[in-house]
Amino acid sequence: MSAARPAFGASPIAWLRENLFYSVPSSIVTLLLAWLAWKGLAPFIDWAFVNAIWSAPDSKACRDVKGVGACWALITEKHRFILFGTYPFEQHWRPLLCILLLLVLYVVSAMRRFWRPALAGVWLAGLVVIGVLMWGGMFGMVYVENERWGGLMLTLLLATFGIAFAFPLSILLALGRRSDMPAVRIMCVGYIELIRGVPLISLLIMASVMLPLFLPEGVSIDKLLRAQIAMILFAAAYLAEVVRGGLQAVPQGQYEAADAMGLSYWRKTMLIVLPQALRVAIPPLVNTFIGFFKDTSLVVIIGLFDLLTSIKVALGEPAWNGFGVEAYIFASIVYFTFCYAMSQYSQNLERELARDRRH
Amino acid sequence: MAQAATNSSGAPMIEIKGVNKWFGDFQVLKNVDLSVALGEKIVICGPSGSGKSTLVRLINHLETHQKGRIVVDGIELGEDLKAIEAIRREVGMVFQQFNLFPHLTVLENLTLAPIWVRRMPKKDAEALGMQLLERVRIAEQAAKYPAQLSGGQQQRVAIARALAMKPKVMLFDEPTSALDPEMIKEVLDVMVELAREGMTMLVVTHEMGFARTVADRVCFMDGGEIVEIGTPKEFFAAPKTDRAKLFLSQILGH
Repeated sequence: MSAARPAFGASPIAWLRENLFYSVPSSIVTLLLAWLAWKGLAPFIDWAFVNAIWSAPDSKACRDVKGVGACWALITEKHRFILFGTYPFEQHWRPLLCILLLLVLYVVSAMRRFWRPALAGVWLAGLVVIGVLMWGGMFGMVYVENERWGGLMLTLLLATFGIAFAFPLSILLALGRRSDMPAVRIMCVGYIELIRGVPLISLLIMASVMLPLFLPEGVSIDKLLRAQIAMILFAAAYLAEVVRGGLQAVPQGQYEAADAMGLSYWRKTMLIVLPQALRVAIPPLVNTFIGFFKDTSLVVIIGLFDLLTSIKVALGEPAWNGFGVEAYIFASIVYFTFCYAMSQYSQNLERELARDRRH
Repeated sequence: MAQAATNSSGAPMIEIKGVNKWFGDFQVLKNVDLSVALGEKIVICGPSGSGKSTLVRLINHLETHQKGRIVVDGIELGEDLKAIEAIRREVGMVFQQFNLFPHLTVLENLTLAPIWVRRMPKKDAEALGMQLLERVRIAEQAAKYPAQLSGGQQQRVAIARALAMKPKVMLFDEPTSALDPEMIKEVLDVMVELAREGMTMLVVTHEMGFARTVADRVCFMDGGEIVEIGTPKEFFAAPKTDRAKLFLSQILGH
């Protein structure tokens, strides 16, 4: 029998002494940092909360406290424009419904017990419903061309479907890059290197300006779809290298054991290799997903109206000119919320998957 | 082309004829001939680098040979993928490093190939899996993951996993070399039992006690050649070549 582990850090005072005031130098550092934090934080709290204007019909009240208090009234006033862009005002319930639907899909997809082939069907159905809601033109809904889609809704659409299509494509590319067949390998390597070596902005411009030149007469793909395709192709090239990293982490013995049983290439890949490779690749995959989510803001250069662009346009109005700090803090909070959720989820997933394998 | 096996005639289970293999410029196997009868147990030994592992891995095409013929259960090994998969279905393999699938439970490790290769219904595969786990005396671990087991337990699971495909031949590539000494016996016991049940076995090992008990023939390799092959009695009592004598003195010595 081993001795009982001594109780440690039981009282808060003991904890403080152990961690913050361990010695004279450590106490000095603690106090110094506390003082600095207070010096920096206090004015920010004053500005952001105490003196802030939360709602006002116009910017007059805000101008009076400018520099002293934040003008959140801008967000209150313009939130619908920021969320939905130039989508017709009285139809805003439609993109709102789509955002909620996407959030539900995210949550459902995050739960491991729903990880089965039917989930792909659910997403497909979700995509159709979103399409119907956004375009309308049926069930008594007014038709809204996708030139007018915008704001947070557009950002979520681009990111979600970008990742949903880029991820499977990247797996095929990564497998192709390790293929025994030279033609497949060369094509995949060529694709990955070519796309990865080009900035996303230039791909977007190519998709929006050059692609139509190459299409036959009379065929046109709309601008949003072209941007979406460009983003999928771009993300797939990046993700492919992440997936390849995961594939390389699977020991040779795993391939041999699967081969020795007579599993075919695809069964071996689906049942043995990918489950292990993707598990290893979770941190860099999520890293790439997060980067990609924020990269969607680059569609501004081909005139699409994402979250960040909406904010910029809202600021362009003479009344709200000059409240950029508030607007961009808000944008940061929105982006941060989604990215932090992804990060937390991936950490949970890693923990959960690791639990299986612990001794 | 693949041909149906008719093994009742006493045709050899495995026929290796004039096989040569190179890794780059280095020749690992030189004109190897070996014929294994149905139910025969052959222990292959020899110093490291002698080509013994490579020889065994050729039989289920984990390695390819450049010259010579290999026929397993009436099917000739070549470029034909179908033939390779057909042979792999009949040949079970146990590796030095176990190579269990870490993301699957013990039972799932066993049922995977029967379900996906043999197309066995899941229920039947699980019943078979449990039965095999009983046989290697590890049924109580069925729901655990490989990392939760000791090395000896993992290797017994690996043997059961290979048996789940109901193979006609079992290949063992140094099955006890990665084990702590106290775990070697539990694995060898399972292998001895398997031999008693009449399985055709090719075993690369340095466990000479096992060779004495079980082997019909001991095959000594050195420098990519089969230097000596004979019954354990002949081989251990009166090795014919100096190389075999030296090898035996080194591993049996002290």
